[in-house]
Amino acid sequence: MRRLKSLLYSQRLAPYVFIAPFVIVFLVFFLYPIASTIIMSFQRVVPGQTSFIGIDNYRKMWNNSFLTALKNSAVYMVCTCVILIPVPMVLAVMLNSKKMPAKGFFRSMLFLPALVCVVVAGITFRLIFGERPGALMNSLLAAFGAEPVKWLGGPVRWTTMFALVILCCWRWMGVNTMYYLSALQSIPEDLYESAELDGAGAWQRFRHISVPLVRPTTIYVLTISIYGGLAMFVESRMLFANTEVGNQALTIVGYLYRVGIRKMNYGLGSAIGIFLLVLTLAVNLIQLILTGFFRKE
Amino acid sequence: MKKVLALLLAMTLVIGCGAAFADAEPTEIEFWTFQDLHIAFYEAMAEEWNAQNPDRQIKLKSTPFPFEEMHENLGNALMAGTGAPDLVDIEFGKFANFMKGDIQLLPLNDIVEPELDNIVKARVDIYSKDGNYYGICFHVGAAVIYYNKELCESAGIDYTSIQTWDQYYEAAKTFKAANPEKYWMSVESSDIWHMWPQLAELGGDMTDAEGNATINTPEMAKVLEYNRKMVKEGLAVVAPGTYHHAPEFYAMMNEGSIASIVMPFWYIDRFTDYMPDLAGKIVSAPLPVWEAGEKRSVGQGGTGTAVTNQADDPELTKAFLGFCKLSKEGGIKLWQTLGFDPIRTEIWAMEDITHDPENRFVKYYASNPFDTLLQIKDEIVAVNNNEMLPTVLDTMKSVVLQKVYETDESIEDILSAAQADAEAEAF
Repeated sequence: MRRLKSLLYSQRLAPYVFIAPFVIVFLVFFLYPIASTIIMSFQRVVPGQTSFIGIDNYRKMWNNSFLTALKNSAVYMVCTCVILIPVPMVLAVMLNSKKMPAKGFFRSMLFLPALVCVVVAGITFRLIFGERPGALMNSLLAAFGAEPVKWLGGPVRWTTMFALVILCCWRWMGVNTMYYLSALQSIPEDLYESAELDGAGAWQRFRHISVPLVRPTTIYVLTISIYGGLAMFVESRMLFANTEVGNQALTIVGYLYRVGIRKMNYGLGSAIGIFLLVLTLAVNLIQLILTGFFRKE
Repeated sequence: MKKVLALLLAMTLVIGCGAAFADAEPTEIEFWTFQDLHIAFYEAMAEEWNAQNPDRQIKLKSTPFPFEEMHENLGNALMAGTGAPDLVDIEFGKFANFMKGDIQLLPLNDIVEPELDNIVKARVDIYSKDGNYYGICFHVGAAVIYYNKELCESAGIDYTSIQTWDQYYEAAKTFKAANPEKYWMSVESSDIWHMWPQLAELGGDMTDAEGNATINTPEMAKVLEYNRKMVKEGLAVVAPGTYHHAPEFYAMMNEGSIASIVMPFWYIDRFTDYMPDLAGKIVSAPLPVWEAGEKRSVGQGGTGTAVTNQADDPELTKAFLGFCKLSKEGGIKLWQTLGFDPIRTEIWAMEDITHDPENRFVKYYASNPFDTLLQIKDEIVAVNNNEMLPTVLDTMKSVVLQKVYETDESIEDILSAAQADAEAEAF
């Protein structure tokens, strides 16, 4: 009994007990799947007859559909990063300004889309970007005297990408603005005041005080945007209601899902998954080096 | 403490006895499907079965899933060796995915073989491998052409006189001249139902009997050239929503903007359920042909119901499946509840069933669908199904058709690239 008591009150053991839930979850739900994905990427996985096939899956991966997926994901990632960093920054500055009326209202309005389920958003956007003249986007075009456009699966690819990027911006604008807002609020007010006394205009204050001081937030937002852009899947699937017309909205994860889950080629699917992991790590590593994340202050 | 123990003991006894009496309870059969309309049919058949077999009662536990999700869950459950249902609907285009490695479905030879003379054999052959049958189809899925009779007549076109695709094209021009805002035909940029029958008439297919992709063939090029010409000349519309199952398409067809579509017989309930305004206007007819003498139909799509190797009572599940899909009463019910062309062909000629004036399909159509079916009865060919097919269908749906109908790229280039893609992506 005393032994048990001393065990329960042991200071040596306690830390391990406290971190145990995380370690167990990590081992079971992260490490084990990653390890088994790596193994499966070198296998032909079929019921009862799974066998090792070397690097065949990695070789087979480089086909036209995959390259299309890679291109789509890359373009999408770049577009969303280019829009979803500067615009939220400016919005946050506006929301942070003392002159802004109805701040609380705008803050909650901006954040609202992030709370909408992707499935609902996808279906709504599908209707907005419908090809018939009565759909919202086409009736807007008609108001300017333009012909209706076949947005999804039409003759050109960029209309589809446009719809995807708009959906993404609508969804994440508020979240990124919140990140920047909290970063801006941690900048001491006296910096702006002394700059103003020295004759700095609004633009100069923004350029030389706000932008440099929110850099850690910029790096964070950029990192998650790169990851989010490359891993996008649900939006494109919902927008296209499960059809694959023209591979126009095919993303890397979309292709993984198509071959790995829908065609049950688990081996090839695993290889694509590992490739995506390496790609995302590499792009983010380069980005972190370039933005000076590892530089000693 | 003793009291608690005694209580526990008593409870164990009660539970134990419960298990002993459970034999008299109906056996539960777990059933998965991607089409909740199918459930009504199976539920009705289960009731019928229980009435006929008082000693082998069943209790059907049906779960509907979305299309892709059901096949994914099934694949994962069979791969994992646990979690799969007893009885399951597997769609034709997905079936080959389940024919890999050690097959996790049970052979149905003992129930199929005695009935082979009474059914369309092709509809079980497409779910077979190495002489074993693994699935039984709901229907023949004969491809037909549906006309909006009212629209045809408004342009002075007699649809019964259209025998060849050339005549069909001429009719299209006549129609367009009379109705510049409307379309004679609809094609799909993300699905294959509208063009596979045209291909089959020429003797072409998506794959050959050896399991090779046959995308880049003269037959395929001919069909796609023809359809592209229809689209480019404004005679055909690319289905809004990209395929004939999109809500946008249903809306356009329903408002009477399209005069005809090529779809399988099973499209019948899409008309009744999604296009109510066309009641009394839709007729079906045999497909036009390229040259006289070609077979005018092909079995399209389908759903093979299979029994998994995780079934609790395989014999009972198989017997129930046979009762649903192979028996005469099952076939009649299939027509009455789902509007399918049953694989048991004797039903096609049973006028009291097929021409029942109370039947909702008979009521909806301007002509009896079985009249068309009987005309083409001996001309329904089968398509090849093998492990290459899912990949070829993917390529057709994701690349080929969109490029053919929406861009000006040469068909020759599209097909040769697609052929290479499909070969590169084969499992």
